[in-house]
Amino acid sequence: MTSAIQIDNVHKHYGKVHALQGMSLSIQQGEFFGLLGPNGAGKSTLINIIAGLTRMDSGHVSVMGHDVVTSYRQSRNALGVVPQELVYDPFFNVRELLRIQAGYFGKGKEIEPWIDTLLEGLKLTDKADVNMQALSGGMKRRVLIAQALVHKPPVVILDEPTAGVDVELRNSLWQFVQMLHREGHTIVLTTHYLEEAENLCERIAIINEGAIIALDSKAALLERGVGNTCKVSITLAQPLCEIPAALQDKIKIHEQNHIEFTLKRDSDSIMMLIDTLRKAGAEIVDIKTEDADLEDVFIELTRAVKQ
Amino acid sequence: MNWLGMYTLFYKELLRFSKVVLQTVMAPVITALLYLLVFSHVLEEHVSVYENVTYTAFLIPGLIMMSIIQNAFSNSSSSLIQSKMTGNIIFVLLTPLSYLEFYCAFMLAAIVRGLVVGLGIYLVAIFFVELPLYSIGWLLLFGFTGSAVLGTIGIITGVWAEKYDHIAGIQNFIIIPLSFLSGVFYSIHSLPELWQQVSHFNPFFYMIDGFRYGFFGISDVSPVMSLLVVLITWGVLGSATLIMLKSGYKLRD
Repeated sequence: MTSAIQIDNVHKHYGKVHALQGMSLSIQQGEFFGLLGPNGAGKSTLINIIAGLTRMDSGHVSVMGHDVVTSYRQSRNALGVVPQELVYDPFFNVRELLRIQAGYFGKGKEIEPWIDTLLEGLKLTDKADVNMQALSGGMKRRVLIAQALVHKPPVVILDEPTAGVDVELRNSLWQFVQMLHREGHTIVLTTHYLEEAENLCERIAIINEGAIIALDSKAALLERGVGNTCKVSITLAQPLCEIPAALQDKIKIHEQNHIEFTLKRDSDSIMMLIDTLRKAGAEIVDIKTEDADLEDVFIELTRAVKQ
Repeated sequence: MNWLGMYTLFYKELLRFSKVVLQTVMAPVITALLYLLVFSHVLEEHVSVYENVTYTAFLIPGLIMMSIIQNAFSNSSSSLIQSKMTGNIIFVLLTPLSYLEFYCAFMLAAIVRGLVVGLGIYLVAIFFVELPLYSIGWLLLFGFTGSAVLGTIGIITGVWAEKYDHIAGIQNFIIIPLSFLSGVFYSIHSLPELWQQVSHFNPFFYMIDGFRYGFFGISDVSPVMSLLVVLITWGVLGSATLIMLKSGYKLRD
């Protein structure tokens, strides 16, 4: 089966910065795929190349088998992109914008029922005739999603779609996106909220400094974390003046009398941790252990690359 | 060709300027009429350009064409810079529209805006001044090609500009001076020899001279020659614009 998105050995430079360093990736049709990485990792550059907004220096990218350079009409017809920035055209109302966006893709009046469906699905029906300027940030975000879907693309890229969105709206957006996924759309998601990727994505690529540093199923990635590390949260009766040197490199979070440690399962032990703290005069009032989550894997991998 | 896509972009541009009609159509019409009022009042008795043509009548075609030129430029340049500054240009760039369709849509919308403003000035002016109409064909030809050239310059400027100040710079230091110095208010035959020669290097002069020919059947140079110059200018600038859009210059990094 043709890949939804195929990326082969893509390089991109911005001056001396090598933004993408020979990236290769294949996203299958029907996948819910997560693209994670710190700021400046190259996620947006990669998405822009897939969408045709940025030109790659070398390599090949195709969407549903259509090369994004030589067959850009077909590749863009197959792709819907929800941009990260909250951009809109202040001259138009919601329905006008959706009609215009559909028209660019050669869709005429036959698309009206689908526009109504989108408005309903994204809870925008009562805002259809409202000018974009009068909408709240959350509503504008929904319109961006409708604009990306208005030409019925099989592949949808959501570039941090829930940044700055309240919890209620975030949940309703994810319900809508999950419905799209169930209907057979390929969804590619970039997000800073790692728990979102953990909850939604089947497969995840972590990129850093223009290269993929991990590409695996969510379960396998989590297993890496679970296999190697665990989190220990300790609450002390009083804050410690100084954390013992032996524990310094294991601290993840240190706030007053609450300390979170990341321990390596093969070389560290919780007993050693407790003993060391007690010798330093700490009075432990609570202790919790937890397996690693995606955030730990992410931090561990990106830190490893830096080192 | 993605005909519906191109038509949609063209229609969107029309819709955009029609939503701010006071600013995009009414204001230039009023400005042109103020020029007409002031200059005709001051110079009517002192200046005679063509035989049997009053100065006020002489002035009107120049003012119409000057407004067509300036508004065609404004339409494409301001739309593009606004889209770039607000970021909504992305909604066009993500679509399967080709660079040719992009160019045609913006240029045609600029032509419509220019012609609508020109028609508005004409309709108001004929209430006050008796204006002959020698050839509507030449009028439309120069109105269309002149606004196409300026619409094209507007696209180049809009794509190149990184802030509103850049647009204002091109408008105030190139478009307005060239349109003022193109024979709107005078015949170039009334200029010293040197400035007559210089005027021949100004493509706006041919647009206005040819357009005026459509009203009076009189011009400083042959309308065929003027049309040829305007078409060559359009061809050169249009080709440059298409090359620029195809390269993705300042639109697709």
